[in-house]
Amino acid sequence: MNLLRARVRRPWRLAAEVSALLIAVVVAFPLYWMVLSAFKPAGEIESSEPRPWTLTPSLDSFRRVFEQQEFGRYFLNSLIVAGSVVIASALIAFLAATAVTRFRFRFRTTLLIMFLVAQMVPVEALTIPLFFLMRDFGQLNTLGSLILPHIAFSLPFAIWMLRGFVKAVPEALEEAAYIDGASRTRFLWQILFPLVLPGLVATSVFSFISTWNDFLFAKSFIISDTSQSTLPMALLVFYKPDDPDWGGVMAASTVMTIPVLVFFVLVQRRLVSGLGGAVKD
Amino acid sequence: MTGSPMSSGGVVRGRVRDRRGSSRRSPRPFGRSSATPWIYLAPALVVLGGLLVYPVYQLGLISFLEYTQAQVSGGEPATFQGFGNYAELFGDGEFWRVLLATVVFAAACVVSTLAVGCALAVLLTRVRAVPRLALMLAGLGAWATPAVTGSTVWLLLFDPDFGPVNRMLGLGDHSWTYGRYSAFLLVLLEVVWCSFPFVMVTVYAGIRAVPSEVLEAAALDGASQWRIWRSVLAPMLRPILVVVTIQSVIWDFKVFTQIYVMTNGGGIAGQNMVLNVYAYQKAFASSQYSLGSAIGVVMLLILLAVTLVYLRLLRRQGEEL
Repeated sequence: MNLLRARVRRPWRLAAEVSALLIAVVVAFPLYWMVLSAFKPAGEIESSEPRPWTLTPSLDSFRRVFEQQEFGRYFLNSLIVAGSVVIASALIAFLAATAVTRFRFRFRTTLLIMFLVAQMVPVEALTIPLFFLMRDFGQLNTLGSLILPHIAFSLPFAIWMLRGFVKAVPEALEEAAYIDGASRTRFLWQILFPLVLPGLVATSVFSFISTWNDFLFAKSFIISDTSQSTLPMALLVFYKPDDPDWGGVMAASTVMTIPVLVFFVLVQRRLVSGLGGAVKD
Repeated sequence: MTGSPMSSGGVVRGRVRDRRGSSRRSPRPFGRSSATPWIYLAPALVVLGGLLVYPVYQLGLISFLEYTQAQVSGGEPATFQGFGNYAELFGDGEFWRVLLATVVFAAACVVSTLAVGCALAVLLTRVRAVPRLALMLAGLGAWATPAVTGSTVWLLLFDPDFGPVNRMLGLGDHSWTYGRYSAFLLVLLEVVWCSFPFVMVTVYAGIRAVPSEVLEAAALDGASQWRIWRSVLAPMLRPILVVVTIQSVIWDFKVFTQIYVMTNGGGIAGQNMVLNVYAYQKAFASSQYSLGSAIGVVMLLILLAVTLVYLRLLRRQGEEL
């Protein structure tokens, strides 16, 4: 891209850089306001002249959030649910992506088309049948009722995306491994798996986000045993549409956003190269 | 990808099988050894069959039954209704109003997200490391924000009494969630905010993945900046553009959390209802599970139509499955 950049004349480049910085500020502003409001003392948020800073930061809102019964429990539940979904769907999708890219078999194309179609299924529409399914298997009010459907919904996209990464591993490498005496299982886990790891990281971002964000299933499947609930539900304890406790909402929002931000920062480089890899396919 | 990606890795009973140079379309002979791919596929097929395919079948089934609180609790048997639920749904003016709102709202979200995402991806290629990192990190932050969190933060930003936006714009105590269009606009802004980063990062990664030799060659041949964009980059980026467009259509057509939280369950008198929220309200708030399922089936069919268009586009590009 150096070439493209070199051809941009200087004043234009300066204008581009200034606007990039300004846009970054606008995009980051809601997050800044969230954290700021979480630290504002009671009463200051409800001021009719909102100030973009606070002279007396306070931890009261955070205290209120953590004093709320079971907030820590909800946090742990969210981590368990998202963690299980990420790990399980990555492993299952890796095996499936390997099968559809490195083998030829009857119904292969049919399966691929089915995975593509499965991506389009509006999962929200499945809340009703899944509710009855979970009820019939006694899974309502358990973390399993949140984990299992999310594994299923993450899989088609993960398989579809990983396909490009598995394809990119040269055939010659596989042949060499077998000639050197490696078993198929050994090739799969000790050679192929590490090579497609960047792709797994990129797909994990999507399954993590969609699971961590889940609001509808938690709302519909966790109905009586609230100790099995997840963070979005904890947030709504403070958000009463008629009379929201803004300090509590913003403190809970901040706590809820941190793990995702940490995850993103950790995978940031791999994400960009991962998406680039999917694109080259 | 280079080489012949489709003919990779054929191993039959421990023997290495070289398929290079063979016809890519001809499938491998269907022999005893072909159990391996199915073993690899088994976990995925079990999970998808049980938690996706079967529920889809159930959804369709319930939409043809009379299924309300009485049937759920087992008090009355579920009776077959034929297209009765659909007739009721299509005869209801509110359904058509919600359907129209959903399509227009999703289209507005998709167009805005793509426009902002692509424009900023191009901007990213034109700036040095510091502004690029700033914009990238801000975008990742917005992307990482959970939907519930983003919804409440945007509500606070636009709050008529304590929000900074009304102060900055001098709007007094104008309420954004009161009017139908301003409430939809507010949700649209939040949706674009949290979904443009995916488009931006993907398109940026796509532009970066274009080999610089190709661009240099075009420049040496005397192609103008515009010509390079139109004739070199655009065709190379088309597959990604198709992917991000389709993903945006799917995501924005199914928006639930933002509408539910920001407009308090669908807006005043249901003015901001979209299909998802409508189905949820029908099923779980008024126990009309069969009507809720019929709405789900309608959504499924619309998205299937989108999928068919997508498949045709992929085929036309010559992408091999």
